[in-house]
Amino acid sequence: MYTDQVMDHFRNPRNMGRLEDYTAVGKVGQVVCGDVMWVYIKVDEDDQGREVISDISWETYGCAAAIATSSMVSEIAKGKTLEEAIDITNKDVAEGLGGLPPVKMHCSALAADALNEAIYSYLSDNGRDIPDVLEKRHQRVTKQMEALEKRYQSLLEGGASSS
Amino acid sequence: MDRRIYLDHSATTPVAPEVLEAMTPYHRHQFGNASSLHEPGRKARRALDEGRGSIAERLATEPEGIVFTSGATEANNLALIGTAFASSERRHIVTTTIEHHAVLHTVRWLEQQGYAVSYVDPDSSGKVDPEAVREALRDDTALVSVMAGNNEVGTTQPLAELGALCRERGILLHSDAVQAFGKVDLPMDRIDLLSASAHKLHGPKGVGLLYVRKGVDLTPLLHGGGHEGGRRSGTENIPGIVGFAKATEIAFAERHEHAERWTGFRNRLIKGVESIPGTRLNGHRTDCLPHIANFSFQAVEGESLVLKLDEEGIAVSTGSACSSPELEPSHVLVAIGIPPAMVHGSLRISMGRETAADEIEALLDALPRAVEALRAYSPFRVGETDVH
Repeated sequence: MYTDQVMDHFRNPRNMGRLEDYTAVGKVGQVVCGDVMWVYIKVDEDDQGREVISDISWETYGCAAAIATSSMVSEIAKGKTLEEAIDITNKDVAEGLGGLPPVKMHCSALAADALNEAIYSYLSDNGRDIPDVLEKRHQRVTKQMEALEKRYQSLLEGGASSS
Repeated sequence: MDRRIYLDHSATTPVAPEVLEAMTPYHRHQFGNASSLHEPGRKARRALDEGRGSIAERLATEPEGIVFTSGATEANNLALIGTAFASSERRHIVTTTIEHHAVLHTVRWLEQQGYAVSYVDPDSSGKVDPEAVREALRDDTALVSVMAGNNEVGTTQPLAELGALCRERGILLHSDAVQAFGKVDLPMDRIDLLSASAHKLHGPKGVGLLYVRKGVDLTPLLHGGGHEGGRRSGTENIPGIVGFAKATEIAFAERHEHAERWTGFRNRLIKGVESIPGTRLNGHRTDCLPHIANFSFQAVEGESLVLKLDEEGIAVSTGSACSSPELEPSHVLVAIGIPPAMVHGSLRISMGRETAADEIEALLDALPRAVEALRAYSPFRVGETDVH
């Protein structure tokens, strides 16, 4: 069901772990859905004064597709300028892995969202203008996270009453 | 990897060599149709009768009560729909929230046809309280359907008590015994309908049975040549039935020996897994099928764990959402109240006739490594109280 690339990234994940000196982190997903991704970025200026993702890492709780997409998004984003990294989409992640099963496409969306959130966090922490496209995605992710949190709380309550 | 370790026998089992040997002639030389008058037909009829008789003998039931089907899904459909359609007055069914989908989706369909269904929740060990079933009964209850042993967590149900209280009220008791058949004793004198499948006990796929107590009215699902006493039309799967009978014969002959061995392995698994931090046993510790053990691991997702173990040549399964086409976690684990943070981290280990001690040890060797590797990927740390 998974491509060789997915299995390769699952078995040999790239950039896995928590960066010691990260500049910003993007957190998406909810344990109740079985997927949580945290993407850490380190932003530095290159010799032309552009802001680049000089290092990136991730921590992911989830299925093989979630781990592989985390690994893939980190590979794609590493070394990119922030401007370039903002344009990374779930399609890039899925294509990088040679495709994903239809039910797992949301994992590629989650990986792109986590990167997006990390960049958003970096820009807003530094009081910078947020590009429209980033703002829109951030609002969508925030709404999704709120809905998931509600579902989690209701499950906790339901779980407590039945046990 | 030098060898494969298969610990997913609740999914399916390899056909036993003796079973395959018994079946083979009926594919090739003794290929007759049991409805034919000639010699090949008579030989097929004899094989069918013998198979039916052999299984009935082991179940201590009358041979006429055995209806062969294409598997347990069909048997469950026939039991539920067949009795519902045959009952004109009583239009209420009681079942549990931890049944297999072959039961749950069938009763949901019956609800759409205008029948009423009550769903009883088990306790946190997966046990159904007969009192809870009694409370769910109504004057128009036709049937109670409760599985013998759960396919995910292995918990067994008090069928004798349930049968007694059903009989008091003139209500039929059906039990989906797919995992329990040939593994544990079943109180057949209290059960009116029972579903079983060959491929769970080293028999072939594509054959199952529904036991129907004498006098129970059943509307057939399949109409045609009137096979199986008019309850299930279709040319009989003679090789499959011969294989099913052989597999049943072996299972009943060996079951005490296997149960003792599996229980030992299960206890070893519980001890081994519980020595890994952040784990829990799902299901009942002792009232359970001997061959199934189910655990949850904190900060580990089940599909990843299954694939990590697969890399080491070990085949097991999970009830995680990521492993299901609907992306919903196992309804069984949800029903028994597994904490949401652990419901995706389940692992089912299920043993078979050939499972050996060194395979259990190999799993217990690989498992902590796999769990540790996946926990290293995860943002959650074991022991953190709130991991969401």
